[in-house]
Amino acid sequence: MTARDAMTSLERVLTTLGHSEPDRVPFFLLNNLHGAKEMGLEPREYFRDPDLVARGQLGLREKYRDDCLYSFFYAAIEMYPWGGEVNYSPDGPPTAAEPVIHRRNIPSLEVPDVESNPDLRRVLDATESMKKGIGDEAPIIGVVMSPFSLPVMQMGFAEYLSLIYEYPEEFWSLMRVNREFCVRWANAQLKAGATAICYFDPVSSPTIIPEELYGKTGLAIGKSTLGRIEGPTATHLASGIALPIMPRLPETGTAAVGVGDSEDLRSLKASSLGRISLLGNLNGIKMVNWDHRQAEEAVVEAIDAAAAGGGFILSDNHGELPLQVPEDAMMAISEAVHEHGRYGIAPGEGKDG
Amino acid sequence: MDDIVAAFRETLLSVDGIGAEKLALQNVDPKHPFSFVERVMVPVLEEIGVGWERGTYSLAHVYMSSRICERIADTILPPADAGTRGGPKTAIAVLNDHHLLGKKIVYSALRAGGFEVLDYGQCSVEEVLAGCERDDLEVLLISVLLYPSALETARVVEGLADSGRGTRVVVGGAPFRLDPDLYKRVGADDVGYSAFDALRIMRDIEGGGRS
Ligand code: B12
Repeated sequence: MTARDAMTSLERVLTTLGHSEPDRVPFFLLNNLHGAKEMGLEPREYFRDPDLVARGQLGLREKYRDDCLYSFFYAAIEMYPWGGEVNYSPDGPPTAAEPVIHRRNIPSLEVPDVESNPDLRRVLDATESMKKGIGDEAPIIGVVMSPFSLPVMQMGFAEYLSLIYEYPEEFWSLMRVNREFCVRWANAQLKAGATAICYFDPVSSPTIIPEELYGKTGLAIGKSTLGRIEGPTATHLASGIALPIMPRLPETGTAAVGVGDSEDLRSLKASSLGRISLLGNLNGIKMVNWDHRQAEEAVVEAIDAAAAGGGFILSDNHGELPLQVPEDAMMAISEAVHEHGRYGIAPGEGKDG
Repeated sequence: MDDIVAAFRETLLSVDGIGAEKLALQNVDPKHPFSFVERVMVPVLEEIGVGWERGTYSLAHVYMSSRICERIADTILPPADAGTRGGPKTAIAVLNDHHLLGKKIVYSALRAGGFEVLDYGQCSVEEVLAGCERDDLEVLLISVLLYPSALETARVVEGLADSGRGTRVVVGGAPFRLDPDLYKRVGADDVGYSAFDALRIMRDIEGGGRS
């Protein structure tokens, strides 16, 4: 905490999630890949060692003064326990290799163990180290793929869409196994020291499935999964659209939703007001080419649109910044939030707060 | 005709494959089966594709309806691509990423629109360049999922420039949708935001829009 900060990062985040105004707008710089860059390592080497990841996150927070640690490695790490493989690349996130689940073997699937899996263990160990390093100063955000979105990697997208529409029995059978896995995985991270869980569920976005289908699938699965996760959750649609399902999302019990810049932030704020907090909405891809002024403008615009009354964490549209986002852009964002994000001082946002 | 289009749209949006096929069989003119494709199927698919870009329809609508239409086309059209118009020598590739759905949808849309397209599947930069050389392509369509792969298309463009081949490069996929200037930065000739953009662009090229 610096002299001008009246709150710790954790207090700031909890206050905004309680739909009140903290001292300034909290912001999450979800630059989990950048720890590797700082150390001159390729993602593969970096993510192999949980201590490096913990040190990386603590170092990045010190540098950019944001309000969380992010214990996310990469989505595809969840493929290991199902027998899948991961492709590594020197200049981007690791990704899932071939699908490992086919419709015919769904009935015989068993829930893989979390704690004994060496790859998931790396995430849990990193979370523990982060917790030792940060205490209660800032929240640690863990990540799980939702039971409803994980099958895109488990099965491939085309096969999964036809499962949803044409094979309801197998679909629900897969959802049951995935839900059990997701709940265990989330709770293990909370036990290791994560403060909250970000539930990645872009398949629930109307970008991917029709709104009517969401009610019967993603929403129902969200309710029964999040209800068993023993800590606060945020739902991320990974830059898929959110507005049409905003009225129903809070039914899952989720505290926040990740939003992008393809929808008007003021409309998102109006439709979420007091019911669910917003996390977003800076465009991570455009950010790669932002100069100082563009970064500042984007920050001010987002704060003006959504910060009043709390219920807002400034972040990117996807839940992860591309590795190509340069230091200058991230620094400019940080400076802009510290300068324009103070409640009661900056123009346009909650002067009475 | 408008009634048929509306009814066909309804069956596709409710993912009613059997209903859609029945409607097609009732309304197709056996002597000119391609006219059903052109006057009903393609416009409806196009409307759904454009609706996806605007946020009114979902990707599941786009994919499931393109699948249903592909099946219908197989039933009503004569075999051996007698209905295709050929068009410029074209291939489609997924660069690096293990993400085949975008490509699959674009491929189906182009086929439904009568274009013949070679499918390279998932490739590295080198494999794509080798394919362009081997097949003497006029148009190369590239689909990506991740930002680093989008940046890699610049190497494809450079490789093609070095070879002196005038192959036109058209790109698409999430990173290009999220940053509409990105295609220029990687040196591509054009960008499409949905599968039906691909069809529009191909029609433009065929109609003489080739630079
Ligand atoms: C659903 C989703 C997921 C799901 C499934 C992803 C998958 N397919 O494997 C999950 C939750 C698993 C996921 C995980 C990840 N994701 Co994701 N995800 C998405 C989301 C919301 C949709 C992607 C998708 O599959 N769409 C459906 C396909 C069919 O659409 P499409 O490829 O765009 O194709 C359409 C058009 O673009 C067009 N088109 C496509 N190709 C072409 C070609 C031509 C020539 C033309 C004309 C048109 C055209 O036509 C198609 C149909 O209309 C996007 C964000 C978004 N708004 O799009 C992020 C996104 C793709 N994800 C992204 C990332 C980074 C990831 C991860 C790497 C994160 C991580 N660090 O682990 C992982 C990788 C997963 C893996 N496979 O290993 C980034 C990629 C860009 C980047 N930053 O590098 C995106 C763009 C998010 C963002 N805003 O940054 N993700």
